[in-house]
Amino acid sequence: MAIEILMPALSPTMEEGTLAKWLVKEGDTVSSGDIIAEIETDKATMEFEAVDEGVIGSILVPEGSAGVAVNTAIALLLEEGESADDASAPAPVAATAPSVLAAPVQHNEIADKPQWRAPQSDWPEGTRMKQQTVREALRDAMSEEMRSDESVFLMGEEVGEYQGAYKISQGMLDEFGSKRVIDTPITEHGFAGIAVGASFGGLKPIVEFMTFNFAMQAIDHIINSAAKTLYMSGGQMGAPMVFRGPNGAAARVGAQHSQDYAAWYAHIPGLKVVMPYTAADAKGLMKSAIRDPNPVIFLENEILYGRTFEVPVLDDFTVPIGKARIACEGSDVTIVSFGIGMSYAMEAAEKLSESGVSSEVIDLRSLRPMDTQTVIESVKKTNRCVTVEEGFPVGAIGNHISAVLMQEAFDYLDAPVINCTGKDVPMPYAANLEKLALTTTDEVIEAVQKVTYR
Amino acid sequence: MAARKTTAKSNVSAKDLLQHYKDMLLIRRFEEKAGQLYGMGLIGGFCHLYIGQEAVVVGLEAAAEEGDKRITSYRDHGHMLACGMDPNGVMAELTGRIDGYSKGKGGSMHMFSKEKHFYGGHGIVAAQVPLGAGLAFADKYQDNGRVTFTYFGDGAANQGQVYETFNMAAIWDLPCIFVIENNQYAMGTSQDRSTSTPDLHTRGEAFGIPGEIVDGMDVMAVKEAGERAVKHCRSGKGPYILEIKTYRYRGHSMSDPAKYRTREEVQKMRDERDPIEQVRDVLLTGKHASEDDLKAIDKEIKKVVNASAEFAKDSPLPDVSELWTDIYAEAEV
Repeated sequence: MAIEILMPALSPTMEEGTLAKWLVKEGDTVSSGDIIAEIETDKATMEFEAVDEGVIGSILVPEGSAGVAVNTAIALLLEEGESADDASAPAPVAATAPSVLAAPVQHNEIADKPQWRAPQSDWPEGTRMKQQTVREALRDAMSEEMRSDESVFLMGEEVGEYQGAYKISQGMLDEFGSKRVIDTPITEHGFAGIAVGASFGGLKPIVEFMTFNFAMQAIDHIINSAAKTLYMSGGQMGAPMVFRGPNGAAARVGAQHSQDYAAWYAHIPGLKVVMPYTAADAKGLMKSAIRDPNPVIFLENEILYGRTFEVPVLDDFTVPIGKARIACEGSDVTIVSFGIGMSYAMEAAEKLSESGVSSEVIDLRSLRPMDTQTVIESVKKTNRCVTVEEGFPVGAIGNHISAVLMQEAFDYLDAPVINCTGKDVPMPYAANLEKLALTTTDEVIEAVQKVTYR
Repeated sequence: MAARKTTAKSNVSAKDLLQHYKDMLLIRRFEEKAGQLYGMGLIGGFCHLYIGQEAVVVGLEAAAEEGDKRITSYRDHGHMLACGMDPNGVMAELTGRIDGYSKGKGGSMHMFSKEKHFYGGHGIVAAQVPLGAGLAFADKYQDNGRVTFTYFGDGAANQGQVYETFNMAAIWDLPCIFVIENNQYAMGTSQDRSTSTPDLHTRGEAFGIPGEIVDGMDVMAVKEAGERAVKHCRSGKGPYILEIKTYRYRGHSMSDPAKYRTREEVQKMRDERDPIEQVRDVLLTGKHASEDDLKAIDKEIKKVVNASAEFAKDSPLPDVSELWTDIYAEAEV
């Protein structure tokens, strides 16, 4: 019976990829372990090995095909005694295909509606725009700043020769060399400390954490050494630097690799904290973060890396730290979010509009300093507020916004503020449980209905 | 008084020796005064005195050049005085006043001087080790020929980040001198109870970092070792470890009753190995200075120290508005 060779999932967040090259042709005999194709994901080009042995009966997806969904049959493998004709009959999905081991990604199917027209803009009207992924925007921002300032350098695990664990620094080693794009050993505590010391010594380090989960090993240097030194030195010296990397849940990576640290870092005086959603904000905020004379925590998101948004084509585009963005204007409720939480907020707003609820969606972008004024002004108009984030519920960013609104806009509130957050549980691995552990668009819709008494 | 082993060296100029004597004596008298002010309630919180360890910083500062950097732990008063920071500013910081090096906002453990290339003053045990390597990283990046003295204690030598740093300092050839001030007690835990092998200077071997053991009660021995280390680092050969055997006469901090060692042990060290008395003997026996000369020096130093105490008492408390300053640096326009 012919075996279908399926498009494999080669990373936790991969949904599709490019079949870059076939290394076998129809009629070739392959055995288990032979490299049969090269597949390009958004992170890297991977070699794809045969699992079973047999003869390549037919190639179903030609090389060069982009956007091939995970689990698509890309070739048929004939077993001994079979002919290509036998195989042309509809073949059942083989349980031994490698891709079935990786379940389809669940929660990043959230529809993204970046085309919603922003009522305010960080660039002049008429600016030419281009389509760019968050990943490319981050790389461009770092590269532009490194070109203009010799004291800026990038260090972290796999940022150089590997081209970035998530491909953010792709090509940067070639352009800037190993003096400025520095591969570190796996030693977060140590290299974070060295980077802080280098900032004391006059440099402007960008520290990439492979994920912010690993930055817990380095958090003493982030907080005690970087955030507090300016104050402890009476203003004599501080740490002009950026700590950046993916934060929060990716997909199916379990409890130790899925935490959202927004509230942790937002708690600390001396740090600035940003968590962009769009590619334009990723670029503009990254450039501002590198130039900022303070330590900036730059929280990225693995699922957003591959998302495409419009980015202004400007020589030097920056977004100020500490300024929220009104993503869409509305009158019935204010939905406040940031980072990937914006996906749920925007989808909820769109669905709610179908039932006649007008939502004003605010993308905080910066968590410290936080543009609470924009939130307060909005709530004075809508009289209702729902916050959305993926982090844990106790001591959440939403809790802080609730407190601010209670103090600054109490008389304007027509309903208690509801915080939509991740659940109060370590992240489970099972796909269904993981989806439930994060906040959902339905929960946001339900919260809005509750505060609008519908 | 018990007989002391003198360490007269033919190649040492009397002028240098006299200077080291003065520098060490300043630290001792300053620390005694700080202890006194602590007892009077003028200094609060933690106050870790350097008495007994003076030869370490004075010897190494004698091996440093202008522009070289230094960074240390919370036991930092001696390091600041040795690198030329103003005793008035240090004492005023100890009393938490506006004229202190950190405007009264840092305290005993957190002082800095960009001008003197002193990068703190760090309260988390061993945190200064990667920070110091980072300063050396910046020097190497800027190719300015400077070296960094990164001081830490025998207690800090058991922290994991020290070895993370050794590894990176070695692979990147950082011009960093790791100075392990081994005063034999990590707070109240003696070295034989806390370290699996006694030799801390060999702890760089796994990373290919050379190290040596130095008599930290002998200022000239420290200086010579410092010169070897500086030469090694400045010539681009990467980091170097100095394990400097020293002894702190006082408790870990002012609130330490020091029950973990005997009074006799401390007294024996003071009588037989005191770094200041050793130099004093050499100066006198070599007729480089008279008793009267040394008395005059002592008097002069007391004057400086007393003046710093007066300064620190008279300096105003920081204005309440200082609570809200220096949290963020303003971007340069």
